[in-house]
Formats: sequence, structure tokens, C-alpha cells
Amino acid sequence: MEEFKQQFYLNFIEDNRWKYITNGLGTTFTVTIFAIILGVVLGFAIALVRSTADKSGSKNLVLRLLDWFCKLYLTVIRGTPAMIQLLIMYYIIFASPNVSKQFVAVLSFGINSAAYVAEIFRSGIMSIDQGQFEAGRSLGFSYAQTMWYIVAPQAFKNVLPALANEFITLLKETSICGYIALTDITHGANTIRSQTYSPMLPLLAAAVIYLIIVSLLTLGVGKLERRLRTDVR
Amino acid sequence: MSDKTVLFEIKDLCKAFGDNLVLDHISTNIHQGEVVVIVGPSGSGKSTFLRSLNLLEEPTGGSICFEGLNITDPKCNINKYRQKIGMVFQHFNLFPHKTILQNMTLAPIKLLKKPREEAEKEALELLKRVGLEEKANAYPSQLSGGQKQRIAIVRSLCMNPDVMLFDEQTSALDPEMVGEVLGVMRDLAAQGMTMVVVTHEMGFAKEVGTRVLFIDEGQIKEENTPDEFFKNPENPRLREFLSKVL
Ligand SMILES: Nc1ncnc2c1ncn2[C@@H]1O[C@H](COP(=O)(O)OP(=O)(O)OP(=O)(O)O)[C@@H](O)[C@H]1O
Ligand SMILES: [Mg+2]
Repeated sequence: MEEFKQQFYLNFIEDNRWKYITNGLGTTFTVTIFAIILGVVLGFAIALVRSTADKSGSKNLVLRLLDWFCKLYLTVIRGTPAMIQLLIMYYIIFASPNVSKQFVAVLSFGINSAAYVAEIFRSGIMSIDQGQFEAGRSLGFSYAQTMWYIVAPQAFKNVLPALANEFITLLKETSICGYIALTDITHGANTIRSQTYSPMLPLLAAAVIYLIIVSLLTLGVGKLERRLRTDVR
Repeated sequence: MSDKTVLFEIKDLCKAFGDNLVLDHISTNIHQGEVVVIVGPSGSGKSTFLRSLNLLEEPTGGSICFEGLNITDPKCNINKYRQKIGMVFQHFNLFPHKTILQNMTLAPIKLLKKPREEAEKEALELLKRVGLEEKANAYPSQLSGGQKQRIAIVRSLCMNPDVMLFDEQTSALDPEMVGEVLGVMRDLAAQGMTMVVVTHEMGFAKEVGTRVLFIDEGQIKEENTPDEFFKNPENPRLREFLSKVL
């Protein structure tokens, strides 16, 4: 017990080392949340292009071109590690010390997540019965209106668990932020470790924090799912 | 009949899926107030014909004019035009994530820009007409098949259509629920609604239809008043068909 107290003091209290963790927590949150937003918006747009192209049998040339571009994007993003993407974004695409690292991380993780979100949304849209489209169109809704008012809400509800999984994956994936010297939870804990030469507490603390965030997220999604399930009571 | 307003003027309507010519130069006019019943063997193109009328299937030949407007013209705004045509599907296609009232008011509010209260008031009146006003806040999954189909009908009616299309509206229903749906349609016909109905309910065709079409191999092989159609069928394929279904 005495030992634990000492360790605790050394790793978190001395020199205000706990700030590495709390600051890191802030960074992890910021990067994750903005990357999720970017990923959902971009992913939804890609899913719209892909599912529209699939449904319409690709008669429209512009649509076919867009679809081809989206496919290329999905292949590249899903075929390369997120860490390489982050490094390329930081060292090659921006390659400037003036750019905010958080911004680079958000962009990189957002673009990465969008590829997975797109496929999740697309499978959700494709799983909605064609009759829903036809009912919408026959009432006079345009394709876009049918998608927005009728199909997308149902698709969203169906893919919510998969989407939550993707968000959790993304949150944990941000632990590679340290590679561009951005202090997130993981990098913060690792910094403490390198100063105190005592790995146990800082790393355990980081693990526990991830676990708590993921648990809260899972809880929240469960609640949301139950709220959205009103129609199958 | 010819002095009544023509709603649909269909000329040489063709539809092919690849090499498969499903509609083969169909021509007919549908007048205001008519109840046109379409019968025929499975795969003969009945659904395709009906769905062409609101362009859920894009014709590959011929033309359809609705109220004098050529709707097969690519320049025609099909969304505006579809608002005037109600369609009822075999599998209801209610929106499962919306309540009955929301199912009915979505299109009037978004497309006709009706104030919500007005749209809801009209929807409730229609619900009362089909005896389902207590289901206004239920979800589709809480209804029986017959109830769902009655809702699907009044959902279309909320848009105040000039004509209603029905594609085997009772085929997915348990027998004891068929009557309630046909009852609603009978009332509609009595109020003068123009209807085009694909059905296997020959009783309904006889009683409510003003004209019966026999579609076979993508063509109208015979059309007549219900009396003549069922009493004196001329086409041998029709005789064979009737001997099977009657
Ligand atoms: N989307 C499609 N793609 C390819 N072929 C189709 C399509 N829809 C219908 N067909 C073909 O068109 C023909 C006519 O189909 P349709 O659904 O109009 O028949 P139907 O008279 O309504 O039959 P049923 O009484 O079984 O409903 C069939 O041979 C069918 O295989
Ligand atoms: Mg059919």
C-alpha cells in the first residue's frame, strides 16, 4: 500500500504529471469527436453516391464517374494502415510546422473513418426494402426527399450498432496520435512513463480511461437504440 | 363513356426488360370515374402496365398522356405528376419508423406545404372513414394486414389524387381481411374515384368494375364491361384463364 502511494505520487502528483493525462484526454476527445463528425458527413455522402449508382444501374455518366472515384477512395483508405495515413498527412501533405497537429489528426482520422462509415451506411440503405422507395416516389417525393425522409432514417436505425462499433474503433485508433507528437491519452501516459521509469500506473490509468469512455459510449448507444425502436414495440 | 374526360391516353405503350418485351404496344384510354380492373395470368405484364402509369417503370416505347400532359416526355416533372396519382401496393409499404398519422401527413406537409394541423385534421377524417381513428398514433407494426392496407389507401388519399392505382392490394392478406379492404375500395368507387385495379378478386371485378381488361403476353387481348367479359369471353386464352380462376 505504501508502495502504491509512492508510485501514485511519483507518476501523477509530482511535477503535476497528471496534467499529461488530462490534457491528453482533451486531445483524444477533440480529435475523436471532430473525426466522427467528418467521417459521418463524408461517409454518408459517399454512401449516397454508391447506393444511388447501385440502384440506378449506373446510367448517368457523372454518377458513374463519382462512383468510380468513391470506390478508389474506399480501396486506398481501407487498404492502408491508419498510421501510415496519419504520417503521410502530417509529413507529406501538410509538411509544415505551422499547421495544427490536432487539425491534421482530425482530417486524417475523419477521412479514414469515412471509408468505413460509408460502407456501413451503404449496407443500411441497401437493406431497406425497395417498396419503401416506391411508396415514397409514388407519393410524389423526389429521389433525394425519399432518401432523406423515408429511407435514411430507417437505415440509420439499422446500422446504429455497427456505427457505434466504428466510433469505438476510431476512439482507440487515435492512440497513434503520438507519432506526430500530439499528446493524447496514450502519448501522455507514455511521457510520464519515460520520465518516471515506472510503466505500470500511467499505462493502466490510460487503459482504464479508454475503457470508461468506451463503456459510456456503449451505454449511450444502447439507450438511443431503445429510443429509436418505438416502432417495433 | 366517350363524352367523359379522358384521364389517361395510352398509345402503343411498350416496355422491355433487356430482350424481354413485357408490354407489347398497349393502347387504351382511361376516363374519369372509371374503375378499370386488370386481370391476366401471372407474368403477363399487369404490374408492369400499372407501374408504367406512374412511371415506376419507365416505358421503352409509346406514350402516356395524363390530363392532356405527355408524361413520357423527359421534360415532364414526374414528381409533380405523381402527386395526383395514388398507388397502393401488395405489401402496403407503410413507413415503419413513422406513426400512422405521420405516414399520412408526411407528403401533404412536405410536398403540398399544408400546415401540420390542417394535414392532421384531414388525415383524422380519412381515418374515421375507414374506422381506424383510434390507430392514429400507433406504428404500422402494431396493425393487422387489413388495417395496414386500409391505411395505405388513405395515405394515398391524403394527397387528393385524381386517380388511384392498386396492384394486388389484397393478395398478401388473410382471407378474412380481404373484405374490409375491398369495402373501402367500393366506397371510393361510389364516390366517383377513378381507379385502375390489378386483382385476382373476380367478385370485385364483377361488382365494382366498369371495365375489365384481360392482359396476356403483354397485350390487351380482350376488354369489356364486367357482364360481357365474364358471360361471353371471346379470346380462347381468356376462356382458359377464367375457367381456372372462377
Ligand atoms: N424489374 C424487372 N426486371 C426484369 N424483368 C422484369 C422486371 N419486372 C418484371 N419483369 C418481367 O416482366 C414480366 C411481367 O411481369 P409483371 O410483374 O408485370 O407480371 P404480372 O402480370 O404482374 O404477374 P403477377 O400476376 O405474377 O404479379 C415477367 O416476365 C417478369 O419476369
Ligand atoms: Mg404483378
